Amino acid sequence: MTTPQSTSAPPSSPRVGLFVTCLVDAMRPSVGFAALKLLRDAGCRVEVPEAQTCCGQPAFNSGDTADTAVLARRFIETFEGYDYVVGPSGSCVGMTRAHYPEALADDPAWAERARRLGERTYELMSFLVDVMHFTPGDVKLDASFTYHDSCSGLRELGVFAQPRTLLDKVSGLTLKPLEGNDVCCGFGGTFCVKYSSISNAVVTEKTAAIERSGAQLLLGGDLGCLMNMSGKLKRQGSKVRAFHAAEILAGMGKGPAIGEED
Amino acid sequence: MQEAPVSFKLRADRALADPTLKIAIDRTTGTAERKRAVAMTQFPQFEAARERGKRIKNHVIANLDHYLLEFERNAIASGAKVHWASTAEEASQIVVALCKQANAKRVTRVKSMLGEEIGLPHALDEAGIERVETDLAEHIVQLGGDRPSHIVWPSMHRTREQVSEMFKRAHRVPHQEETIEAMVASARRELRDKFLSADVSISGANFLIADTGATCTVTNEGNAELTTTPPRVHIVTAGIEKLVPSTEHAFLMLRLLVRSATGADVTQYTTFHCGPKQAGDRDGPEEFHIVLVDNGRTRMLADPALKEMLRCLRCGACMNHCVVFRQLGGHVYGGTYPGPMGAVLTPVFDGLEQSRDLAHACTMNGKCQEVCPVAIPIPTLLRGWRDRSWREGLEPAAARFGLGIHTFVASRPRLYRLGTAIAIKVMRLFSRGGLVRGMPGLGAWTKYREFPAPAKRSFMAMYKDSEGKR
Repeated sequence: MTTPQSTSAPPSSPRVGLFVTCLVDAMRPSVGFAALKLLRDAGCRVEVPEAQTCCGQPAFNSGDTADTAVLARRFIETFEGYDYVVGPSGSCVGMTRAHYPEALADDPAWAERARRLGERTYELMSFLVDVMHFTPGDVKLDASFTYHDSCSGLRELGVFAQPRTLLDKVSGLTLKPLEGNDVCCGFGGTFCVKYSSISNAVVTEKTAAIERSGAQLLLGGDLGCLMNMSGKLKRQGSKVRAFHAAEILAGMGKGPAIGEED
Repeated sequence: MQEAPVSFKLRADRALADPTLKIAIDRTTGTAERKRAVAMTQFPQFEAARERGKRIKNHVIANLDHYLLEFERNAIASGAKVHWASTAEEASQIVVALCKQANAKRVTRVKSMLGEEIGLPHALDEAGIERVETDLAEHIVQLGGDRPSHIVWPSMHRTREQVSEMFKRAHRVPHQEETIEAMVASARRELRDKFLSADVSISGANFLIADTGATCTVTNEGNAELTTTPPRVHIVTAGIEKLVPSTEHAFLMLRLLVRSATGADVTQYTTFHCGPKQAGDRDGPEEFHIVLVDNGRTRMLADPALKEMLRCLRCGACMNHCVVFRQLGGHVYGGTYPGPMGAVLTPVFDGLEQSRDLAHACTMNGKCQEVCPVAIPIPTLLRGWRDRSWREGLEPAAARFGLGIHTFVASRPRLYRLGTAIAIKVMRLFSRGGLVRGMPGLGAWTKYREFPAPAKRSFMAMYKDSEGKR
């Protein structure tokens, strides 16, 4: 587990390739626009390469290494030219950073390219704090929130303090601690549909903890986990509303939450 | 394993439907998790110790031939008899033969997961030898006629209320008061004379010490000491990966093992057995046998990934911290070893085809690896089984077909955009009030939770428009 903590000055207007991620692209584009705004506010020149599709995580987690390698090589070719690659998801970034070298291990040249790109690939919150030393501007939201630390971001990328540091700057926003904040929510990608009854039992414990926190908002850094938890909260008739942390930081906290009509 | 041919998913659903089981699991694993967390706050050198522990085990595994022979030499010099078993059957046959040779009517057994792995309880029962489980939890398992559900707390699946009922039915002089002390006293009354009248004792080993030929066993009840001292013959069964170079190394591993397992600094009893009774000894067995068991371990050694699993100390921390295990308990896993470490080991022992679910029924959250005292990359090893399952064609055709299409589409950005646009349109057709309702194909999700409606257009589509206007 590495916590990239640079003490050097932030790079001056780096060229950043935004890695949108499939779920954000198809389900909740506002997270992508929030990431775009935050990166631009932080002084980055952001581009969204049109050739990007899926990082191959579903194939990788199914044991399909051959298809993973196909998509990994595509991803590397698409993003290699940027100073940094940044995505609003710990699990998708963890895939490219931690697992591409594994998936491409049979091909040392590609594995090395994967490793090198991985060094410049960041989860959004950690990039903003650790690399860009960014402080969000004038954002206000009167609400209490609780924060779920998604597993890949936390354990593969060391994302823990960064979202809290950023959210702390939003005036009117107060953190209510979540019991078991680092315990998996039961999403697990295809796990949640392959073993839906087990996943349901896990998320039911998670939503109980969320309710006990007394927070109005549930925030996190991974849309998959947020859809799982908010989907369960909604089914249970909960009043807790879920957003991606980037949306709050970009001032979109007044818009519809996940699962609310747009 | 006497498991009825019921699928993993069905076993899982049965466990999920059992509220008493969930209470039992939460009591045991919740306590273990809390105690370990406290122990870690008082163990600032944990990371350094873990790194050393990992290196010691890696070193031994890389030089297993050397240490096995050194251990054998020293064990024989101490008066022990060393037996080698390459399979589970061979191992249990050796033990049964030794019992028969000793004319054993009654044997006492100390809890040992290796004993379970080689099917020893069953083999002894088959041979008509009275088997007395002396570990309190194993005593409960024996009374219930079932199998251990946790490697440290074998009767985790029973609440104390259920145990109370069992004791009242089975014990000669059962407890009157509903207190833990009274229940323990009841078990003690039941077991004490059996300890003293057994012909043979059988234990496992937490460590095999190469430079002394001793075996090391830890317990909290003292039953291992009481079990192995009075009988004429003591048989130790141990996996060949249990070796450490010296007693000093064993102590470092003990610090990791005990804190990770129960959160205590040390176990109540840490016993080293070295050879049979010597001249001048007041007690101890006349014969001391050590059965060294391979049962798939050398195959693991030959596999660069699975080799890492040979470091496992059997502490149970991975299962105590696993969100899946904490919903299901141990029996659902179907093998000797449950939880994350069991999901790695069971395909080795029972074959991948009938245990492929274990590697998949995992969210890959990485907590098991985080708490493992010897840093075994369990998620990576589970993914290795998924890879193998895929390569060997054990994965369902629908998954292969679906991922094939997905890769084809995701390799063609225009087609991918079109596919996304269509998926959004379809989902929105089924959407009401911000949620997708009753859409075919989403049932596994929407059975338990709501699925949010997607925005009208994808990010990539909207971005293209907005950038055009910039």
